[in-house]
Amino acid sequence: MLTNAEIMQTVDMLDHQKLDIRTITMGISLRDCADPDPKRCAEKIYDKICRQAEHLVPTGCAIEAELGIPIVNKRISVTPIALVAESCRCNSYVPFAIAMDKAAAQCGVNFIGGFSALIHKGMTHGDEILLNSIPEALAVTNAVCSSVNVATTRAGINMNAVRRMGQIIKEAAALTADRDGLGCAKLVVFANAVEDNPFMAGAFHGVGEPECEINVGVSGPGVVHHALQAVKGKPFDEVAETIKRTAFRITRIGQLVAQEAARRLGVPYGIVDLSLAPTPAVGDSVARILEEMGLETCGTHGTTAALALLNDAVKKGGVMASGHVGGLSGAFIPVSEDEGMIAAARCGTLTLDKLEAMTCVCSVGLDMIAVPGDTSAETISAIIADEAAIGMVNNKTTAVRIIPAPGKVVGDEVEFGGLLGSAPIMPVHQPSAADFIARGGRIPAPLHSLRN
Amino acid sequence: MRVIVTVYGLDRVGIIFGVCKLLAQANVNVLDISQTVMQEFFTMTMLADMSAATEDMVTLREQLNGLGKELGVSIRIQSEDIFTAMHTV
Repeated sequence: MLTNAEIMQTVDMLDHQKLDIRTITMGISLRDCADPDPKRCAEKIYDKICRQAEHLVPTGCAIEAELGIPIVNKRISVTPIALVAESCRCNSYVPFAIAMDKAAAQCGVNFIGGFSALIHKGMTHGDEILLNSIPEALAVTNAVCSSVNVATTRAGINMNAVRRMGQIIKEAAALTADRDGLGCAKLVVFANAVEDNPFMAGAFHGVGEPECEINVGVSGPGVVHHALQAVKGKPFDEVAETIKRTAFRITRIGQLVAQEAARRLGVPYGIVDLSLAPTPAVGDSVARILEEMGLETCGTHGTTAALALLNDAVKKGGVMASGHVGGLSGAFIPVSEDEGMIAAARCGTLTLDKLEAMTCVCSVGLDMIAVPGDTSAETISAIIADEAAIGMVNNKTTAVRIIPAPGKVVGDEVEFGGLLGSAPIMPVHQPSAADFIARGGRIPAPLHSLRN
Repeated sequence: MRVIVTVYGLDRVGIIFGVCKLLAQANVNVLDISQTVMQEFFTMTMLADMSAATEDMVTLREQLNGLGKELGVSIRIQSEDIFTAMHTV
């Protein structure tokens, strides 16, 4: 029997602590849409997405109404387009991005992920066409997100791909210069990309996934922050325990929504992603949780340890609450999408180097970071290489979503609006890594035996 | 479907009456009520059965929101499932 206090606790989380479900993402396989005729292939892509996801948004809204919890985003991920389009006789995959964008608009979702390629060991002809198409695809579409996997723990780092991605990010920024380089906010470079991630911009529907499935991403930084206010000054054992209990409660709702959405849509439920996903709104920040643990400003000494505890406790609490856990599952630290991170970056305490250290202990990487517009492609590639190395060696997913904002310098700000937020331009190191990046080739996979 | 109606805000005459009247008009059967007043602050949780309701959840929510504005309190209606999921293992 539920008690009054329990019921009011839930209501308080919803009314005052910004508890929500961040996303219901429908993963759709497009493997049966391949066709030598590019026009026909684009039609098949559009038709299949619209057919599978026709009821996604109305179903999400109905669950939202019944449970009384906001489901902020309804989204779609598809098979990496490089695989789907490879058999087409064409030199550009932009028309497939346009087909995805139209299908997203038709279904009423705000993002569709999967304009992607997996090139951690090498590139096929189709992968190259996809990469060349990314800047234009992101400039001419609204909802399409792109991701490229350049490294895995088993294959090592494809440094040719890393070099190319630095150039592509610069091109994507240039083509969307009128919007502060918005194209780059929809492009993620991964190491150890996961196949069932429901979060954008990195979501794609992996080749090991079923025909169609529902993945759910939970949220709740505000709830964790509020819970920690009750254990001010207490030892870390109590902090960890409080986070675990809170994460359990948040994730239980994610599990309920995932099962309910899957049942109503008649597709399997894939995973719940146990992530603390912030938004730019006050009271929905991961940085403020770290500060609640006793740090004056996020990014100061102690931040990495605080984040390690938070990330681990969220997983421990969440894993028992859900039947299948997957995706990225960890605390996100996107700078522009987190009010506390923005403030910490603005005052100079949170730097690129500290963020890199933080990504060693959390999900997912250098995320939504704006750097000066004149940052070279080689420097961006070197930043990607560092992040990929952390992912490769530590057997975890890492990513880079970086925006070299055209015409902007340190001290300026970029404004993307909505969930993408705003960010101060962060300085990068000036000494060049151009000769390092020019080498190309592959960084070999690390040794994973001889563990003693 | 079983739902939980929660009401909180400053206490005044007629809160329970107003909510029960609205639910009765929609043929929603109240199963249990629990209510407390602490320092003029009123909270009520109510378990109700909507299986024979003549209104759907969205309409009922709009009506309850309207009533909440009239009474100066916050009123929510939600499926019982969200509370059970969160608080039971």
